[in-house]
Amino acid sequence: MARFIERHPAWALIVIIAVAVLAWLVFAIWPPGLEAAIGRKRVFLNAVLNGITLGGLYFLVASGFTLIFGLMRNVNLAHGSLYLFGGYIGYAISTWTGSWILSFIVAFIAVALVGVILQLAVFRRMEGQDLRQTMVTIGLSIVFADLMLWVFGGDFYQVQTPSWLIGPVQLPLLTAIKSSGEPVYLQYPLVRLVIFLASVVIGIAMWLALNRTRIGMIVRAGVDDRDILAATGVRIQLVFVLVFALGAGLAGIAGVVGGTFQSLSPGEDTRFLLASLVVVIVGGMGSIPGAALGAVIIGLAEQLGSVYIPTYAIVVTFLIMVLVLALRPQGLLARR
Amino acid sequence: MLKSSLGLIALSSLLLSGTAFAQEKIKVGVTATLEGTYTVLGEDGMRGHQTALNVLGKKIGDKELEFIVASTDATPDSAVRAVRKLIEQDKVQILLSPLSGDEGIAVKNFAKTHPELTFVNAASGAQETTYVDPAPNFFRYNMDGAQWQVGLGKYAYETKGYRKIATVGEDYSFIYTQVFGLVLEFCGAGGQVTNRQWVPLGTKDFASVIAALPDDVDAIYLGLGGADAVNFLNQYQQAGGKAHLMGGSIMIDQTILSSKGSAKNALIGTIAASGQADTWEDPGWQKFVKAYQDSFPESKRFPSPSLLATNYYGSTMALILALRQVNGDLSNNQAKLKDALAKIEIDAPNGKIKLDANRQAIGTNFVTEVVDDGKGALFSKVVKVIPNVNQTLGYDPAVFAKIGLPSRTVPECKKY
Repeated sequence: MARFIERHPAWALIVIIAVAVLAWLVFAIWPPGLEAAIGRKRVFLNAVLNGITLGGLYFLVASGFTLIFGLMRNVNLAHGSLYLFGGYIGYAISTWTGSWILSFIVAFIAVALVGVILQLAVFRRMEGQDLRQTMVTIGLSIVFADLMLWVFGGDFYQVQTPSWLIGPVQLPLLTAIKSSGEPVYLQYPLVRLVIFLASVVIGIAMWLALNRTRIGMIVRAGVDDRDILAATGVRIQLVFVLVFALGAGLAGIAGVVGGTFQSLSPGEDTRFLLASLVVVIVGGMGSIPGAALGAVIIGLAEQLGSVYIPTYAIVVTFLIMVLVLALRPQGLLARR
Repeated sequence: MLKSSLGLIALSSLLLSGTAFAQEKIKVGVTATLEGTYTVLGEDGMRGHQTALNVLGKKIGDKELEFIVASTDATPDSAVRAVRKLIEQDKVQILLSPLSGDEGIAVKNFAKTHPELTFVNAASGAQETTYVDPAPNFFRYNMDGAQWQVGLGKYAYETKGYRKIATVGEDYSFIYTQVFGLVLEFCGAGGQVTNRQWVPLGTKDFASVIAALPDDVDAIYLGLGGADAVNFLNQYQQAGGKAHLMGGSIMIDQTILSSKGSAKNALIGTIAASGQADTWEDPGWQKFVKAYQDSFPESKRFPSPSLLATNYYGSTMALILALRQVNGDLSNNQAKLKDALAKIEIDAPNGKIKLDANRQAIGTNFVTEVVDDGKGALFSKVVKVIPNVNQTLGYDPAVFAKIGLPSRTVPECKKY
């Protein structure tokens, strides 16, 4: 941090001012002039929180994607199908057993198994052949999409939110003061907060596992140089399978999350594939913190865009991607 | 060289003889949104189409109808691509297309480049399709989005006592047309529409849109469809929303009312208007519902047909009946068929339908309210039936033309 300030004093100043302005926007009571110019504070706060929580969902999908890419240099374009499949499994389990938590566990295991099969049956046979892998995964995603359409139909599915998570909670953030002097606090859907916290926990756990454990060390070594790692006697294929299973399982969990606060239907697979591609391009391919940063940026851009420039909201995320590709093509937090 | 051109000749003669064989059949191309946000709508549309074939049969005199289906995703370019493929590759002679508003405008314009063929609109409901520069070979047997809102504004103002409302809608032509119909009537009665929010088709996360809804209104009108509608309702419940709701024609529809999960329960008591009502007692409607239910196993259909099924049924029915009138005669650029289509009056399940000079349907509209049948299934219950709704909504054509075309801001909230 100190080094960054020393090296880029101008940038550091801009960042500090931006953070201060944001903090003021979040915590202060807005003067009437500002409300007249850009709308009520409640709307702004909601959009910011929604952007961050949506970023949590994007992070869950994209982290698996980026993990697989980082280690195996393998662009799995069937990742969206794994997301949707996880969601459907979660729906089936939660309606069958009535347990929301259990649906996460089963979806993780089931989709991780699909990931293992994919790695063993497909990717292992075409290691290092990028184009072939890409074509095969596109093909697989089409096949999966049609299979799921066949089994589940085109209907919309929603994973039932447990009753203790339905409804809003009051956050200690002031949105306005009534004329009677009574403060008005922000109401926010509880389920989104819980899901966001869960994705933060998962993100930190992944970071710790990668940076503080032996397995993580092996994976990181594999990211840097697979051949040397294999030469030291590590069973690299086993590591590949494990990482693929973890990445796929995360997509499965994300599917249940997405099914809870959005919905599941055909077409969601490509939407989330696209979202995770954008997220990892912005954040940097193969980097977990990059996926987190990219996810929050894209989530915020979508939500703030949908409130303040609804007509062009769709363009904003791609604009960000174009800017990143133009100015820092390796991604914001790329390792190399 | 010689060899290959010989091969070509042989091949083309083979193809020619192929078309000679096929003359016993009349080829009809059908498009539906079988992918994307409106997948469910497309699927149920095709069920309506199939029901019509089950009821009416595929025979036209000694010829037989052959249907070729192509999928679209509710975008205009996907519809034109599908229609072009059906015409150029599959050599269809008649089109039953498309399903969604923007698609309709694009296909209507495309129809002008093929004046020899006949286009029967399947279900799309943008006003512009038949109101502005209509194509002479494009026929629409369903009403447009504005016609489908007739009655709702007055009912909301007079019976429900709503004075101020806000709208949320998908940002494309059909929803513009729906809001157009609603605003004209509601503001004409004295109400106020304070805020119109537009979201891109395919929006999944509505949380910020919901937060931006005004709280000082009596009701919120929802012009959403398909997956978007379900997501909105889900997030609306999670945010603890309590306002009165009003619904557009594809919002209060079996496609949404029978979605899996509890989000739809937010709709109980919602008032809406559409070209049909699930619980209408009319014997023709009941017969259609029964035919629809008998055509598919219970898990592969909705409890009751959606608006899309009804529209596809009506358009397929009009086409088959007109073809029978002319005994399948498609000679002279299908002139006889076009003539018959323009004049035919059909006894559709949702009331009598005839066409105006622009080949646009004049039909019956329904104001409804969502009720729970006690077993957890939701239906739209008839509140009011309004016959003979035309495209200018009862306005003098000159006055109607001055209002302008439906868009994000048209019409203004005032009495015209």
